[in-house]
Amino acid sequence: MRSLKKVILAAAIGLGLTGSAFAAGEQIELPKQEWSHSGIFGTFDRASLQRGFQVYKEVCSTCHGMSLVSYRNLTALGFNADEVKAIAAQYTVMGGPNDAGEMVERPAIPADHFKAPFPNEQAARAANGGAYPPDLSLMAKARPGGEDYIYALLTGFEEPPADVKVPDGMYYNKYFPGHLIGMPGILQDDSVTYTDNTPATQAQLAHDVSAFLAWAAEPHLEARKQTGVKVILFLLVFTGMMYAVKRKVWADAHH
Amino acid sequence: MAAPQFKNPVVRWIDYRLPIFTQLNHEYNEYPMPKNCNYLWSFGAIAMVVLITMIVSGITLAMNYTPHTAYAFNSVERIMRDVNFGWLIRYIHMNGASMFFIAVFIHIFRGLYFGSYKAPREILWMLGVVILLLMMATAFMGYVLPWGQMSFWGATVITNLFSAFPIIGDHIVTWLWGGFSVDNPTLNRFFALHYLLPFVLLGVVFLHVAAVHVHGSNNPVGIDIKGPQDSLPFHPYFTIKDTFGLGVFMIIFAGFVFFAPNFMGHPDNYIPANPLVTPAHIVPEWYFLPFYAILRAVPDKLGGVLAMFGAIAVLFVVPWLDTSKVRSANYRPLYRQFFWVLVVACILLGYAGSQPAEGIWLIVARVASIYYFAHFLIILPLLGKLERPRPLPASISEPVLKGGGRLATAAAAKPMEKA
Repeated sequence: MRSLKKVILAAAIGLGLTGSAFAAGEQIELPKQEWSHSGIFGTFDRASLQRGFQVYKEVCSTCHGMSLVSYRNLTALGFNADEVKAIAAQYTVMGGPNDAGEMVERPAIPADHFKAPFPNEQAARAANGGAYPPDLSLMAKARPGGEDYIYALLTGFEEPPADVKVPDGMYYNKYFPGHLIGMPGILQDDSVTYTDNTPATQAQLAHDVSAFLAWAAEPHLEARKQTGVKVILFLLVFTGMMYAVKRKVWADAHH
Repeated sequence: MAAPQFKNPVVRWIDYRLPIFTQLNHEYNEYPMPKNCNYLWSFGAIAMVVLITMIVSGITLAMNYTPHTAYAFNSVERIMRDVNFGWLIRYIHMNGASMFFIAVFIHIFRGLYFGSYKAPREILWMLGVVILLLMMATAFMGYVLPWGQMSFWGATVITNLFSAFPIIGDHIVTWLWGGFSVDNPTLNRFFALHYLLPFVLLGVVFLHVAAVHVHGSNNPVGIDIKGPQDSLPFHPYFTIKDTFGLGVFMIIFAGFVFFAPNFMGHPDNYIPANPLVTPAHIVPEWYFLPFYAILRAVPDKLGGVLAMFGAIAVLFVVPWLDTSKVRSANYRPLYRQFFWVLVVACILLGYAGSQPAEGIWLIVARVASIYYFAHFLIILPLLGKLERPRPLPASISEPVLKGGGRLATAAAAKPMEKA
């Protein structure tokens, strides 16, 4: 009776937890990817992040902004200060006003946020057939499945089933909720030429840019996990000691 | 109680004029605890520690947060990215809310199981329900502050509930919003109240602790302390026991903060609030799901709102609904079964609340809601008359000394001791 109750209770709690975690939206099974940054001791693969940044810069950034990330943050990818300055200087941003009260264009500096592809949402929609390419800064945290979802989406473009009619300007994607997406399957083999001789297959490009977006959404992930290991180790030792002290203190209390 | 002799002359000097040291000694040193209290009795202290953690992390966050619809979302992201250890403070605060509810829910169910609300602890229990209400209000308003999609739409759904009241409903809603929709005035007042209420809560916690120290803690047997052999001084016995319990709790807390910080959150709240785009499913935080399920289980809007508030209100009168003189469920064979049914009903309500209100889960929510109210309003009053409680031991220490009684088994898992 008692064990049965425990089983029911455990099952109910398990149900409650999974239920609240995946509450909203129909779930499409996402293929799980291997990420170097997953797991307790996970760290980012710097080479992959740099390649992912290249994919973002050369492909995604045509339409998608990353307003929460600054060029200076790129040092976390392994670029040195001069490289970051050079990357920033490739962009022209509006500065000023100068002493004459005029706005002036200037090269971006590391402190600037990533330059947005469009001046405002209306311009973005006008250039994209009415669809608004969302900001990617937090994409890996703002969708169920995170980077697995991004990878699946980027590689999930396919011919629509016979009974699905895809309107003009829309594309069929296996993993997009509702399947009809305004973004074309833009990532193909060799869309980008990597400088480190990594074969630029579609899967590799999608993997690298998804990892890059995971970093962008959670730039302190490594510090978080490394701190966590130390904190948990401390707590285990502390709690173990408290247990020993408790046994000692209570030793004379029972009889 | 004789005033203790303090060796330190400064302490003695102060204590003669303001006896805070005598008071502390009385309440936290020699204070007699029933010796058989198990680890379920640690959750009050654990909840207290989590509350302090929330206040400290919250004040730190407030120093870096901007309560304006145009800046709130990005100010939170600035905390996450640019403020030193901002990610840590914010994840502690975010998960701390959930951990606070976990501790308090366990604390409440412990009270229900062992009859801790019965005379002379009715006011203690009612203060506890006030704390729960304040927690819920504070957590709800806190969730609005990051101004993500769930923040905005959660605030819209919950504040709109008040429109169900006839005649005055719409006026209440406008008054809550400070305008004609959830907007900047709403965010501003929610921030002000989110900062204020935890301190009100702390005050009520103080009264709650003061109340428990009048007649002392209840215990797994549910009978009063009959003599010194039944009790142990709070320090060192229960300070060390609570510290160990707290350590275990903190390991779980840290596990969430460092390795699954967004597990109990919702991805949609990392999308900035957009009044023009409604999320596919608006779900509240997990700790509100049982109440949300009750709200939606009633087909009528006003009825649902009343049922939801009623689910809390009924807790206030539990001390008078339960007619049994026996406190502990260990000696109430029938009540014990119904208690577990209530636990399962609450968990089912939580799951149903996370699902769209249709099909099987709507039926489950309705059945579980009916049980929830029936448990308190029908079963508790009747059981006191119908149930034949098992004989109570003569004293707390009797089953301990004889090694008999089944009180230890129903309590939490506690392999290292027999009491």
